[in-house]
Amino acid sequence: MSNELFFKSAAELGELLDKKEISAVELIQSVIDRTKKIEPRVQAFLATNEEKVIAEAKASDERRAAGKKLSPLDGIPVATKDILADKGVQLTCASKILKNYISPYTSTAIERLRDAGAIMWGRTNLDEFAMGSSVENSAFQATHNPWDLERIPGGSSGGSSAAVAAGETIIALGSDTGGSIRQPAALCGVVGLKPTYGLVSRYGLAAFASSLDQIGPFARTVKDVASTLQIIAGHDRYDSTSFKANIPNYTESIEKNKGPWKLGVPKEYFGEGLNPEVRVFIEKAIDFYKQQGCEIVEVSLPNADLAIPAYYLTATAEASSNLARYDGIRYTHRSSDATDAIDIYSKSRAEGFGDEVKRRIILGTYVLSSGYYDAYYVRAQKVRTLIRRDFEQAFQRVDALLTPTSPTAAFKIGEKATDPLSMYLSDIYTISINLAGLPGISIPCGFTNNNLPVGLQIIGKPYAEAQLLAIADFFEKAHPHYTKNPSL
Amino acid sequence: MDTSKHKIDIDYVAQLARIELSDAEKVKFSGQLENIITYCEKISQVNVDGIEPMSHSFPFYNVWEEDTPESTFAVEDVLLNAPKADEDQIVVPRVVEE
Amino acid sequence: MEYEAVIGLEVHVQLGTKTKLFTRVPYAYGAEPNTLTNSVVLGLPGALPVMNLQAIRDSIRVGLIFNCQIPEICKWDRKHYFYPDMPKNYQISQYDKPICQGGEVEIELPGSARNIMGKHRMVKLTRIHLEEDVGKLTHIGNESLVDYNRAGTPLIEIVTEPDMHNADEVFAFLKSLRMHLLYAGISDCDMEKGQMRCDANISVRPKGERKLGTKVELKNLNSISGVCNGVSFEIKRQIESLESGQRILQETRRWDAEGGITISMRSKEMAHDYRYFPDPDLMPVKISKEWRESIRAEQPELPFIKQERFFQQYDLPYSVTSVICPDKELSDYFEEAVSLYNQPKMIANFIVNELLRELSVAGTNGSLPLAESKVKPHHLASLAKLVDQSVISSQIAKEVFNEIFKTGQNPEKIVEDKDLKQNTDTSAIEKLCADAINNNPKAVAEFKSGKDNAINAIKGQVMKASQGKANPKIIDEILRKLLA
Repeated sequence: MSNELFFKSAAELGELLDKKEISAVELIQSVIDRTKKIEPRVQAFLATNEEKVIAEAKASDERRAAGKKLSPLDGIPVATKDILADKGVQLTCASKILKNYISPYTSTAIERLRDAGAIMWGRTNLDEFAMGSSVENSAFQATHNPWDLERIPGGSSGGSSAAVAAGETIIALGSDTGGSIRQPAALCGVVGLKPTYGLVSRYGLAAFASSLDQIGPFARTVKDVASTLQIIAGHDRYDSTSFKANIPNYTESIEKNKGPWKLGVPKEYFGEGLNPEVRVFIEKAIDFYKQQGCEIVEVSLPNADLAIPAYYLTATAEASSNLARYDGIRYTHRSSDATDAIDIYSKSRAEGFGDEVKRRIILGTYVLSSGYYDAYYVRAQKVRTLIRRDFEQAFQRVDALLTPTSPTAAFKIGEKATDPLSMYLSDIYTISINLAGLPGISIPCGFTNNNLPVGLQIIGKPYAEAQLLAIADFFEKAHPHYTKNPSL
Repeated sequence: MDTSKHKIDIDYVAQLARIELSDAEKVKFSGQLENIITYCEKISQVNVDGIEPMSHSFPFYNVWEEDTPESTFAVEDVLLNAPKADEDQIVVPRVVEE
Repeated sequence: MEYEAVIGLEVHVQLGTKTKLFTRVPYAYGAEPNTLTNSVVLGLPGALPVMNLQAIRDSIRVGLIFNCQIPEICKWDRKHYFYPDMPKNYQISQYDKPICQGGEVEIELPGSARNIMGKHRMVKLTRIHLEEDVGKLTHIGNESLVDYNRAGTPLIEIVTEPDMHNADEVFAFLKSLRMHLLYAGISDCDMEKGQMRCDANISVRPKGERKLGTKVELKNLNSISGVCNGVSFEIKRQIESLESGQRILQETRRWDAEGGITISMRSKEMAHDYRYFPDPDLMPVKISKEWRESIRAEQPELPFIKQERFFQQYDLPYSVTSVICPDKELSDYFEEAVSLYNQPKMIANFIVNELLRELSVAGTNGSLPLAESKVKPHHLASLAKLVDQSVISSQIAKEVFNEIFKTGQNPEKIVEDKDLKQNTDTSAIEKLCADAINNNPKAVAEFKSGKDNAINAIKGQVMKASQGKANPKIIDEILRKLLA
C-alpha cells in the first residue's frame, strides 16, 4: 500500500506525515517515480523539477520534525497548470509564442501554496492559452486520458486533471474560464472546483477572458479541494476584482454541514444533447440526494441556450485584448522574417499562435470592431445579465443546482478537432456559471460501460463554497469513487 | 432577423489583430468564423430592452490604493525574455512616428 | 474673402503622483532606462492593474478648478492599437464615462502693453479623462530603443471644444492651464520633460459661416512656442489652400519645428479602429457628492480670483499681481508679510524687484525655490517697517535685503551692526551740503538759473558723501535753504 502513496488523498498523506510513517521526501519520490513510469503515455506535464522539489520536501520534513508544520498541505505535491506565473520557472501557456519565457514574478495562488509548505511540482499541459476543451490545442503535446489513452482528458486544464487521476501529483491547480476545471475533472474522474469569481486572486494567471477566469483546485477528494481552496482563497491587493471577505473554514464546514439541502434541477440541462448514459448517472445522483432527505425542485434557466453565444462573444473579445501583449517585442517569440515593427507583430503572432488562438483572437477583434461592438459585445453583456438573473431566481428557491458537468464522457483524440463549433457546444453545461460568476464543482458520479468517468456538477450561490463543498462531500462519502484508479 | 450567413472582412480583421494569414487560412478561418457568428446571432433574438450590460461579475466600486511607492524590477528581469536588447533597452527595427 | 480659424486642443498633462496609475512603481523623470517597471508596467502575462487613489483625487481637483461636472460614476476602457512603446498594446483610458465632463478655462489675452491687463474670456472644455502614459522610444540608426520607465504614469487628457480662433488664444489657454495646474500642485507642466503635451484640431471657414470646415489634427507640438507657431502656420496653410481653390483633406499632420512647416502623416482612410471596451480588470469609480464637495472645500483661491482681490484689497498694479498671483506659494508669502506689517506695495516691490531676481540667480540648477530662501515674510515686514519709519532709506533697504538673503539675519540687527541708519543729524548734513555746493559750481549755477532738476546732482553728491545714510528729505530741505 505504501508504495502507492501517489493514489492517496492529501488528508490521508498528511496524517501519515504527521505520524512520521512517511516523509515528504518519500512522498515526492513516489510521485516522481510514478510520473517517470507513466508520463510517456499520459503526457500530462510540460515540465517537472525533481531536484528542486526534493530539496523542498526535505525542508518540509525538517519543519514537521521541528513541530512547525505550515498547513495541512505542508509537504504535499501540487502541480500547476502552465499558465500560472512562478518566478524563475517557464510559463508557456502551451504556446509557441511563450516557448522560452521565464516568469520574473510569482502568482498569488502559487505563492500562497508555497508559503503553506506545499511542494510546487511540475507544470501541466493545457490547451494553448486555455482555449479548448481537450488539450488538443497545446502547441507541444497531446495529453491522454488515464482511463483510456486514446481519449482526451478534457480541457483546458486537462494536464492537471490527468496528472491527479494518474497519480502524477496529489493536487493540481487549474483555471476555468468556461469549464476548464470542471469538464476535465469530470472526464478524468477527479474533483475540480471553479470558485466564485473573485474568491481566488487572478494575479499571475495569464489572462484568457478576465471577467470569466478563475483559478481552482483539482484533487482526488472534496476534502483535499477544500483544504487547497482554504490556502488560495481570500483577498489579494494585486487583483482589483478580488473579493474582500473573511474566508470560512471549509474543512470544518464540510464536517458540520450535513444538509438536508434544497436542490434544484434545471430542466434546460437535460435536453437532447445529453448523452443517455451520462443522464442515467446524473439522475441516480439526484435520486441519492432525494433519498437522503433533500428536497429536489425542478427549476428553469430560460436563457440557458444563449449562454454559448454570449460566452464566445465575451470570451473572444476579452481574449483578443488580453493576448495583444504577445507581440514579439518585449518577451515573446520574435519572427526572424520581420523587417519592420509591423512585421514583428503580424509575423511573430502568425508563427507563435496556433489555429484556435488565432481563430478566437480574430473573432474577438471582429466583435469589438467598429460597427459590430453594440450588436455583439454589448448585447452579449446584456444577455449575461439575463443569465445571471435566471440563476438568482433559481437560487431564491434552492441552495444549489445539480447538473451534468459535460454532455458526454471523454471523446477520442481528433474526434472534434476539425469542427470548432461542435467543440464549443461541449461546454454547454459549464459556461453559464462563468458568465454569472458562480462557483461550481464537478465530482465523479459513476463510470460508463467503457469505464469512463462521469461528472456531476453542483452549482452554488456566490461565495457559498462552504455549502457547495459540503453538498459534494456528502455525495462522495456515500460514493467513494476516488478509491477506484485507472490501470496504467 | 437576417438568418443569412454572416460575412466577415477577414483581411481587415486580421490586420487589426496583427496576425498574418495565408490565403488558405483566410478561407478556412472565414468559413469557420462565419459559422460561429451565425450561431451567435441567436442573441439578437432576445429582448434586452432596459437590461444593463454586465461587465463585472459583482458590482464593486473604488478598488484602489494610496500613492505609496514600492519595489521595482531589476533591469535584468525586464530584459530576461527580450528577443533583442541593447543599452538596457528593448530593441526593435526603427519605428516611424505615427 | 475673410476666413476664420476654429481650434480645439487635446492637452495631455502628467499628474505628479509618486507612483503609476495602475501599480505602485515609482516614477521619476530622467531615471536610468527600464529601472521603473514591474510586471504590470511591462504587461507581463498575469499582471493586473490596481488604481492609484491619488490620481483620482488629483483629477477631481482639476475638474473642480475648471468647473467641470464630476459624474457619480466613471469607468475604465481599453483602447487598442499596436505600438512598441505600449506594453499591453492597449491603453487603459476612459471612453464614454470620463471623470470630468464639460467645464471651462478662464484665459487672459495679451494686453496692449506688458503692464496692461488683457481681456479675459472662457474657453469651453468638452471633458477631462484619466489614462496611462506609454514608454519612450529613442531612434538610433535603423533601430529604436524602448524604455518603459514612463509607461503607466497617470495622464489627464483635457479636451477643449472648438472654441479658439488664433494662436494668441491657444497660447493664452495653455498659459492659463499651466498656471492653474502648477498653482494646485497637480503637475509641473514642463513641456520639455513631456509633462504637458498638446495636439490641436484646426479648421478654417469663411467668416460668418456657421458650419465647421474640414478638420486637420496637428501633432508633435513640443513646446508652447511650437504650439503657437504650428497653429499659425497651419491656419495660414489652410487659408492659402482654400484661396487657391484646393480642398482641405481630413488628415493628421505633424509640426516640423526646424522647417517651420506642417507635414502630412496619415489621412482619414487610415483612421484607427480602437475597439474600446470596459476593462474587466478594473472596477468603476464612484464619486459621492460628499467626497466631491469635500475636495471642493479644500480648493485654494484660484489665481485670477486672487488677482482681482489683490487689486481691490491691496491696490497693487497689474505689473505686480501678474507676477505674484499665479504662484500660490508666493501669494501666501506676500500675504503673510503684509499681515505682519501693512505696507503691501512696498512688500510687493521687494518681492518682485529684489526677491525674485535674487532667487533666479541663486539656484545651482535653475531658480532657488522660495521655500529655501533665507528671506522669510517676517524679514520683509521688518524691512518695510524700517523704510516706512525712515530708519533706513529705500536705497539702503536694498543693501539690507541682500544681506538678509545671504545670512537670514534680522534686518534690525543688520542695520545696527552695519550702522546703516539714516542720518538725521541736521548739522552734519548741513556740512555735507555746504561741501557739495562748493564742489559743484556748475550744477549750482544751473539751479539758480531756474533749472530745478539740477538740484538732484548735488543731492547725489551729498548722499554719496553720507554713504547713503543721509535722509533724502532733510538733504532737500537744507540744500534749498542754502541755495535760496
